[in-house]
Parts: sequence; C-alpha cells; structure tokens
Amino acid sequence: MTPLIEVHELSKAFFGIAAVKSVSLSLNVGETLGLIGQNGAGKSTLMNLIGGVVHPDTGTMRFKDAPYAPHTPSDAQTAGIAFIHQELNLFTNLSIAENIFISQFPRKGLLRSIDRGAIRQQTRDLLASVGLDLDPDIQVDRISPGERQLVEIAKALYQDAALIILDEPTTSLTARETERLFTIMGQLRSGGKALIYISHILHDVHHLSDHIAVMRDGALVAHDPAANFSVNRMISLMVGRSIEQLYPPRTSTPTTDVALSVKNVTTAGIVENISFDLHRGEVLGLFGLMGSGRTELARMIFGADAYDSGTILVEGEPIKKPSPRASIRSKIAFVTENRREEGLLMGIDIANNISLVSLPDFARTLFDVVNQSEMLDSARAMANVLQLKSGDIAEQPAKALSGGNQQKVVIAKWLLSRPSIFIMDEPTRGIDVGAKYEIYSIIDRLAAEGSGVLIISSELEELIGMCDRILVMSRGELYGEFPRAEFHEERVLRAAFREQDLPVLPVQEPSSAPAGKEEV
Amino acid sequence: MATLREPITPAPGLTRPELRKPRTNASISGWIRRFLLSNNFVLYLTLIFFVVAAIFLPSLRTPGNISNQLQNMYPLLAVAIGQTFVLILGGIDLSVGATMGLTSVIGAVVMAQTLDPTFFDKSPLWGTLMRPEGGLLAGSDLAVPIGVLVMLVAGTCIGWLNGFAITRFNLAPFMVTLVTSTFFGAFALWLTQSRNISGLPEAFVNLGKGDLISIYFGAKLTSDIARREIYSLITYPFIIAVGLAISAQFILSRTVFGRRMFSIGTNRRASEISGVPNRSVITRVYMFSGFCAAVASILYSARLAIGQPSLGGGNLLLDIIGAAVIGGTSLFGGKGSVRGTFFGVAFFVLLLNILNAMQLSPFVIDAVKGLFILVAALLDITRTRLLNREVRA
Repeated sequence: MTPLIEVHELSKAFFGIAAVKSVSLSLNVGETLGLIGQNGAGKSTLMNLIGGVVHPDTGTMRFKDAPYAPHTPSDAQTAGIAFIHQELNLFTNLSIAENIFISQFPRKGLLRSIDRGAIRQQTRDLLASVGLDLDPDIQVDRISPGERQLVEIAKALYQDAALIILDEPTTSLTARETERLFTIMGQLRSGGKALIYISHILHDVHHLSDHIAVMRDGALVAHDPAANFSVNRMISLMVGRSIEQLYPPRTSTPTTDVALSVKNVTTAGIVENISFDLHRGEVLGLFGLMGSGRTELARMIFGADAYDSGTILVEGEPIKKPSPRASIRSKIAFVTENRREEGLLMGIDIANNISLVSLPDFARTLFDVVNQSEMLDSARAMANVLQLKSGDIAEQPAKALSGGNQQKVVIAKWLLSRPSIFIMDEPTRGIDVGAKYEIYSIIDRLAAEGSGVLIISSELEELIGMCDRILVMSRGELYGEFPRAEFHEERVLRAAFREQDLPVLPVQEPSSAPAGKEEV
Repeated sequence: MATLREPITPAPGLTRPELRKPRTNASISGWIRRFLLSNNFVLYLTLIFFVVAAIFLPSLRTPGNISNQLQNMYPLLAVAIGQTFVLILGGIDLSVGATMGLTSVIGAVVMAQTLDPTFFDKSPLWGTLMRPEGGLLAGSDLAVPIGVLVMLVAGTCIGWLNGFAITRFNLAPFMVTLVTSTFFGAFALWLTQSRNISGLPEAFVNLGKGDLISIYFGAKLTSDIARREIYSLITYPFIIAVGLAISAQFILSRTVFGRRMFSIGTNRRASEISGVPNRSVITRVYMFSGFCAAVASILYSARLAIGQPSLGGGNLLLDIIGAAVIGGTSLFGGKGSVRGTFFGVAFFVLLLNILNAMQLSPFVIDAVKGLFILVAALLDITRTRLLNREVRA
C-alpha cells in the first residue's frame, strides 16, 4: 500500500541553523503518528513544512501518491491536510456554522446570499459526527475550549481532510474533554483518517499512536511502532541519554516551624473555609481538578485577588491589607500559572525582568537612581545559579527564551527578593523534560534552605515526586490530606473527584458542598 | 531567606546549547541594517533630509531660518516629552492641548497688566479676577513667578485628575483624556469668551524669547548691529526645554520610577503581581504630562505675549503624538525614549519648514505630515522585526 503522506529527507534551516535535518517519514491511511521531542526539537517546523507555512530548503514530499509542495497554508488545506494548532484558530465572535464555512459559504438565489439553512443543517451533521450536540448558531466564545477543539475537527471533516495534525490539543482541556477528544480521534482513525498527534504528555501519545516518531535537535532519532516504546525510552530518546529519575532526590525534611498559616479563607462560590499550615523547609502540594479553586486560592493567599473572610498569617503575623505589595513585604513569592500574561515582561531584557521585584533594593540615593552595575551583577549571579541558557541578559528580551528558561527568569526574579515562602502555580507547565528536572532541583534547594514551598499542579505525578505532603481541593474545599508515606495516585485522584470517603481535615466541616456548582 | 548560592545541577544528559554569534555584516545590506537599527536613526534621517532639502531650497540654510527653526522646537519638545511618558505606559493623553490653552489663560489672568473692558466685560471673571487695571496680581513684582507657578500647578492638577480617573475607576485613558480635553478646552474659551489676553509683563514675555548667547555673522567693526542680523542660539526656552528633556531622560533611564514605567507599559498585570505600585506610577505620569503641557504653554504664551484659550488647538495634538511616534515611541506602550522624541520633534519641525519653504498649501502640508507619520510607524515595525530577528538568530 502506498503511504498517504511521504516525507523524504526534508531539511530546513533558519539563519544558518538547522531546524529540521533530513527527516524522512511516512504515514498510512487510518494510522496515528505520535510526534514527540523537547521544545525546540523541530516538531513545529516539520509540521509547518507539511502545512505549507514554511518551505523546505531541500527534500520532497508526496501526498496521496502525487508530488506535494505547498506554497501556502491554503494549498495544504486544498490538498486535504488540516492543521489544528495549540492556540485555536476559530473566530470567537462568529457562530460555529460560520466558522466551519468561513472559507467557502454556499450561496443561493439571485443576490448570491449565504444559504444559512444549508450551512446550519450541514453543521449540525458535522457536529454530531464529533459527538457535539450544540446549536450551530452559538457564538464560539460561548463554548468551552474542549468544544472548540472538536469544532476545529468538525471543520477539518468538512474540508474532507485526509490528514489531520493536532498540535498539543489537550493543553487547555479538562480531563473529561480530553477523554472525549481521544474517543473522537479513535473514530476518525477507524474512519480512515490519518492523524499526527503532537504532545508533551507521553502516556497519551503512547496510548493513542500506532507509530511514534521522536525528534531531537532537528533530526528524527527514532520511528517505530508504539509497542516498541516505553515512557522511559521515549524520554531517554528525547533528551539523548537516559534520565534515571524524572525527579531529583529530596535532600531535606520539613521542620515544624509554621511559615504560612491560612485560616478559614472563604470567598463565596469559589473557595470555602480553607485552613492549612505551610512549614519551613516543606514542599506542600495542592492538587485539584480544573475549576476546583486551587489557582484562585493561590491568588488569594498572595493578595492578587480579594477574599471575603479569613486570615493569612506569615510567621504568625496576619497580613492586614492583602495585596501583592503587602505579600512581597511579608516575603512571599508567587510564580503564576500564566507566564506570558502575569509572569514576564516579554519585550524587556532579562536583567530588568529579574530585578523587577527587588528594584528598590538597588536604589539608594535621593532620586531612587538604580545602581545599574549592582543590579546587573545580582541578576547575572542569579541567572548563573539557575543555569539560565541565554545570551547577554542585559540585551536579550525574555521572549527570546525557551519556556523552561522563561520560567527560570520568573523564579530568579522572586529569588532576588529573598522570600521565605514560595507559591508556585503550575511551575512546569509547557516546559520540556530537562528544564522540568532543573525546576524541581530548585524547589528542593529552596526547601533545604528553609523556605516553605507551596506547589499547585494538575500533574499529580509531579506532586507525588516532589512533595512532603499533598492537599487535595475539590469544589472549593480542602477534601483530603496525604503525608508522603501515604502517597497513592489513585487515592489522591479519588479525593479530587470526591469518589471516596476520606479522613476529613480537622478544620473542615464535612458535607458542606455548595449545591449547584459546576463539576469539572 | 532563600538564597541558592551554588548553581543547580542540570538534568543528567543535558548540555548547554552553543549560543550563536551575531552575524557580521560587511555588505551594503549590513550597512543598511545598522543604519536602520541605530538609536540615532531619526537624527541621521533628519540630517540627510536637511542637507538634501537645503540644496534645492537655499532659504533653508540661512542662519536666520536655522535659528528660527530651533526656537520652534522647544515648546513642542516640552509637551512631547510628557506625551512620550504617557505613551510608554501604554496610555495616551489627548488633553494636553486643552491643558495648554487653559493654563495659558490662567497665567494671563494672574499676570495681565491691563484688560480692555470692551473685550472682557462678558467674561465670568470680569470684576473679580479680571479688572480694567489688569489681572489678579497686575503690577506686583511677584506677578511673574506666581503666574508661572500657578500655570504649572494647574497643568499638574489636570494631569492628576486624568490619572485619578484612569486608575481609580479603571477607565480607558483615551476616554478620560478626551473628556478632560473637551471640558477644559471649553472652559478656557468660556473664561475669556474666546478672546486672547494681551498685555503680559515684559519679564514673562522674555521667558519666550530672551537670549543668553547669540551669533552675529556680519562685519566686525560696525558699531551698531541690526537686530535681525543677530541670531539667537541659547535662549531661555532652550534652557527650559533642554533642562526638562535631560531631567526626563534621567528619570526614564536611571530611576526606579522609569523602570516601573516601562514595566507597566509592557505588562500591567505582571507588574502588579511583581509589586509595582501601578496606580501611583500611572497617576504621577499623567501629572508629569500635565506639567509638561504647562511648560509648553508658558513657552508659547510668552513667545506670543498673549494668553490664548485656543493655544493647543488645531493640529497640535497630531504634531505632538506624531513627533513621539517618529522618535520611536510605541503606541502600544513599553517602548520610547526622550532622545527619540527630541529627534522626532526636530524632524517634524524641519519637515514643516521644508513644506512651508516650498510654498505648498496648508492642505497639502497636513496631508504630507500625516503621510510621514504613517511611514514612521511602518519603519518602526520594520525595525522591530529586524531587532527581533537579531535577538532570536
């Protein structure tokens, strides 16, 4: 059988640096190819070559048994290749039906007006085929990220795409939405579509794919049936050497000194009567499903969002007027979930990013003049400690860094203010395996030096790998507490889903779940 | 507390990727790149523009014209500096024109030495602050210092009002300053019933044109030199505007406040989380913009020797924002410099000078001005793209 798509020795360089090096791949009808690699390994460039976004320097492609050399993304679309990006490409101000038919509206009558009836009916059929029961006239900004993902797939089906490329489609999906997406992908596959699935979640890739291709530094380092891979082998191929451990060993144990004490913090409809202590030298995990209130709680503790009642004490002293500034004065640091929007000044140089929080420390004279050389020295020292891989930090803007290095800049910024409490919301989101390990090492070191670290994460494995204790949030309440000795993935998850009766925390009133709240 | 003295260990199996060396450009395209990317790009452009234009328009290169054009720059520079600050924050201040008009009137009401009843008896201030024998402090020795002070305070207050409304009620700067612009513009016209107030004291007028150093190119041994052969070089407006520019550049590039302005302009939410006092910084920047508008108002009013309610009207706002944008300040915030604005103002004044010397109609002049702002914005996008490539490559 001739493969649906064949890529032959494709190469592409940007500014003399090879992004894709002589990659050859093929994919048959009805097959799913999992494509993995660290950030910057060349996955996106390879997909952009197939999608006609960039053009190869050398090499050829064949699609449907004919030479294929797309000049524009629309060439690829016409040929039958659909590209579903990480950031969705739907027009949120248009309806579902309009989005699906945007490139070619069916017309009718003398005035060549859009045949609304026809597109509505066709859209309904398309949505049904991806398991969505939605009104075609609903505006896209009113449906969830998971539903949008499926609408994109419906759009690909309408364009009769033979090959559908999905780039990190689950990043913003809830567990249930992800499950639904996988079911649909299975159906597409049995319906004869070829899929290319790109993801950092290796279990998913392993589970979904027939073949797995691993890229490293632009080259294809492995391309085998999925059965030949274990998650461990996938990781070692991605990093080029085997990583014995995903997590560095913990080098310290928590003390009994309370660093941060949260007492009865409540905000109607978001978090309910939350109380816990964070000790010095402790790495405390906060686990919860999306919408459980974990991120909201972290923001309240830091003073980024207001809360209705309750107290937050740092070293026994209550924070009176909560605000980020008050928290910074109390030596709390907050690594937000959203690097791009709340963590970094993307267009500004790394040094000024690192010094932002502790800027007043570098100013001594009457006019608050910044001591530039002292600031640069401190920033450089911090960049060095965190092994930041960058150019000149006084020149290079933060946006020119990879995700892992950007996260290091955020951490460096807070380290410079010498905090005693670290709150980290999804500290390893969107960064590759190697950088994750380094972030974990930093967390371990912080605890060893006496800081209290609170990690909020939706990756349970990472919490089990790093924490001394895990708290579970569910529907705005603390619903379980697990010391390290009792870590058990399934039990923690059950607590998050409230599917098991568990020992309740002392401060918490049981069965006070507010009615009518959305379950994730 | 947390210090982390020693470097962390990288994950096993990972090595540091080699950093790329910047490309060296010996070719013509490399030369063009460096020219485009230079901080002094607009200055070079202005100089080239001047040299080329001076060949075809001899009137341009007379010492009289050069001296005159330099004097034209200073008031515009003063107000454009304030606007640059606001733009760096990602805001905009549309009220500077109205601020200039109102402060001009207020200053004149304090200082005027005589007021003509036939003009002003309809003014709401007639009989109280405005009398036939002059303004509030007419004839007093303190009239000029207090008048100037009142103008500066009034400008700063309007700026505070803008900043307060923007930070306290989370209103869009465009909306707030449009409202204050309309309101105070109308207020200034109402106070004087749309008339200019003349009769300002000599000491004040001197602020607008007083020479400190002048140049004379004629024969050495003449005993009396005609005034028109003396060309002003260093004047009070020069001292005031350049002093303001240097202070502003200092604030912007050297102080904590300056860094915080850029950080707010780049990402307001990240700044807030990082403990930047957003509200206070924003409010103070709008106050500074109002202050700068008042300085410009002093320079213009003194030069014209009148208090003019419509001082900042017409196309002045376009000139102010245009000069800042030509100087590389981004309307999206987070980018800009006083030096750039200085060059932008010089470019704008020269452009206007050339267009006038070509004796074009005012309509054509405005159209060309608009076109140049567009070209500047496009060039800025190109430069940003080149710069980004530089850091990524």
